[in-house]
Amino acid sequence: MSKELIHLSNISKSFDGQMVLDELNLKIHENEFVTLLGPSGCGKTTTLRILGGFTTPDTGNVFFDGQDITNMPPNKRALNTVFQKYALFTHMTIAENIAFGLKIKKKSKQYINDKIKYALKLVNLDGYENRMPDSLSGGQQQRIAIARAIVNEPKVLLLDEPLGALDLKLRQEMQYELIRMKNELGITFVYVTHDQEEALTMSDTIVVMNQGYIQQIGTPESIYNEPENAFVADFIGDSNIIPAIMIEDKLVNILDTRFACVDTGFGHNKPVDVVIRPEDVELTDPSEGILQGVVTHLIFKGVHYEMEVMANGFEWLVHSTTMFPVGQKVGIKVDPFNIQIMNKPESEDEEAVAIDI
Amino acid sequence: MTSKNKWLSAPYLLWSVVFIIIPLCMIFYYGLTDKTGAFTLDNITAIATMEHAKALRLSILLSLVSTLICFLLAYPLAMILANMKVGQHSFIILIFILPMWMNFLLRTLAWQTLLEKSGVINSILSFFHLPNMNIINTPYAIVLGMVYNFLPFMVLPLYNVLSKMDENVINAAHDLGANGIHTFFRIILPLSVPGIISGITMVFVPALTTFVISTLLGGSKILLIGNIIEQEFTQTSNWNLGSGLSVVLMIFIILNMIISAVFDKDGEGSML
Repeated sequence: MSKELIHLSNISKSFDGQMVLDELNLKIHENEFVTLLGPSGCGKTTTLRILGGFTTPDTGNVFFDGQDITNMPPNKRALNTVFQKYALFTHMTIAENIAFGLKIKKKSKQYINDKIKYALKLVNLDGYENRMPDSLSGGQQQRIAIARAIVNEPKVLLLDEPLGALDLKLRQEMQYELIRMKNELGITFVYVTHDQEEALTMSDTIVVMNQGYIQQIGTPESIYNEPENAFVADFIGDSNIIPAIMIEDKLVNILDTRFACVDTGFGHNKPVDVVIRPEDVELTDPSEGILQGVVTHLIFKGVHYEMEVMANGFEWLVHSTTMFPVGQKVGIKVDPFNIQIMNKPESEDEEAVAIDI
Repeated sequence: MTSKNKWLSAPYLLWSVVFIIIPLCMIFYYGLTDKTGAFTLDNITAIATMEHAKALRLSILLSLVSTLICFLLAYPLAMILANMKVGQHSFIILIFILPMWMNFLLRTLAWQTLLEKSGVINSILSFFHLPNMNIINTPYAIVLGMVYNFLPFMVLPLYNVLSKMDENVINAAHDLGANGIHTFFRIILPLSVPGIISGITMVFVPALTTFVISTLLGGSKILLIGNIIEQEFTQTSNWNLGSGLSVVLMIFIILNMIISAVFDKDGEGSML
C-alpha cells in the first residue's frame, strides 16, 4: 500500500459528557478512497470534522504527512471539505464561488480563470460560470461544491454525506462521477456516509464505526464477506446471524446440526456467532439438505425472490432466483466457504455496541 | 380565501379606508392647496426656505448618525447572540426588548430627568467632583435618545439574519483558506445585507420623523422637520403648509422603503 498520509492517534471526544469518540486510531494512505460508515451518532462526522479542523479532540493527536496538526486552524490545512448541504456562497456567482480559495492565495487572474474552466469541466458543468447557486439543482450545487474544493489542489478531500440530499438515481450517477474524479485527480478521498451500498460501490477501504468505536477496517469485499462481528454483518447487507458452537477446526454446530466450514483457530467447543448471507443459503429437495425446513414467507424482489424458511427454530432469510411456494418443505445447504465464523462479543461494552443497531 | 369568506375582510377594508386611505388623501389635498382651496405647489416648495431646509438637513444628519451608531452597536451584539446556545440568548434578548414594552414617551422623559443640568447623572458626577455633562438641549442628547429608543429595532433583524446563517457556510470559508477578518467581510457581512437594510429602515424612518425626542431632549432650541410640521398643525394652525412638508418627508421615507424592498427580498425584517 502507498505512503501513509493521515494518522489519527488515540482520538477521544465527548460532547456534554457524552462520549462520541473513544480512543480512535486510524491511518489513511495516499490516493486512497476511505469511507467512514456507520449509523447516525456513531462518530463518523465528528471524525471528519476533527480532520477538517472544525472540532478539536479532547485527547489524542492528528498527524498529517508526519506533522502534528491537531491544533492547526482549518484555513491552514492542506485539505478541503465538501459539506453535507453544499454550503455554497449564495451571494456569489459560480465562478466567484470556485475562485474564493484561489483569490485568498493571491493567484493570478489567468491562473484562476484556467482553474475555473478546468474544474467546471471536471464536474461536467461547463458554461455555468455566471449562474447563481440558487438557480442550480441539488446535484449541480453538489458538483460546484466539489469544484470549489478541488481547485485548491488539496492532498485530501473530505466529503460529509455529499449525496445524502439527492434522489436515488442521481445518487448512483454521482457515485460513478466521484470515482472518476478521484482517479483523475489522484488524491485521497475521505468519505462519510450511512449508506452501506454507497460505501461498497466507491471505497478502497471501509471503516465501519458504531458508538465511537471502529468495528472493522477492510476492503469492501472483506467487510462484506468476512464481517468481524454481528454489528458489521448486520449493518452491511442482509444476513443470518446464528449463535453456534465451534466443535473443532473446520466443523461447526449450527442449530444442533453439524456444518463443515473453512475457519480454524477458534478452539474446541467454543460458542461463536456465524454469519451466512441470504444469497449463500441454497434451497434443495428436503432429502438433499443438511437441514430441513418449511417456507413461511415469499416476496418477489425483482432480481431474486426473498424467502423465509423456518428450520430448527430459526427463521432463515434466503435470496434465490428459484421460487419455492409458502408451505413447501425444503432442504437447506450451505457451502463451507460461505459460513463466516465470528467471536462472540467479550466485554459488555462490545455487547452494547453489537446490540444497539 | 374562498369567495364565501371574503366578507371577513370587510372590517379591515373599512379600517384601512377610514384611517389610512382617507387621511392620506386629505394630506395630499391640504398639501397641494392654499387656504382658499386653490391648487398650489407653494406648500411643497416651502421646504426650500432657509428655516425648513435647515431643519430637514439636521433631521437627516441626526437620523443618519443615530442609524450608524445603532448599527455599530447592534452588529457585534447580534453576532454574539447568534453564536450563543439556545436558552442563553433568550435572556439577553429579553433585556434588550424590555425597554420596548415601556411607553416611548416615558422612556424619553426618563432620559430628560437623567440628563438635566441638575439631573441624576450630573448629581452623581458632582458627588465625585467630576466635571458636569451638559448635553441636554444639544443634538448629542437627541442622538442619544434616538439610539436608545431605536436600538432594539436594529438588533432584532440583524440577529434574525445572523442566527439563520448556515454554520457550514462560514466553515466552508475557513476551509478554503479565509481567516476571520476575510470571512467576515467577504461572507458574513454580504450575507447579512437583508437584515442590515431592514434594521436601517426601522431606525432611520422613525428617527427622521420624530418630534417627541427632539422636543424633550433638544429643548425648543433645536428644530427637526418633525417639530416644524407639528408646529404648523398645533400652533400656527397652517394645515396646508404642515401637509405639504409631510408630503416632502413621505418622499424620503418611500425612497428608503424602495431601497429596502430591493434588498430585503426574503422579508428578514418581517419579524417585527
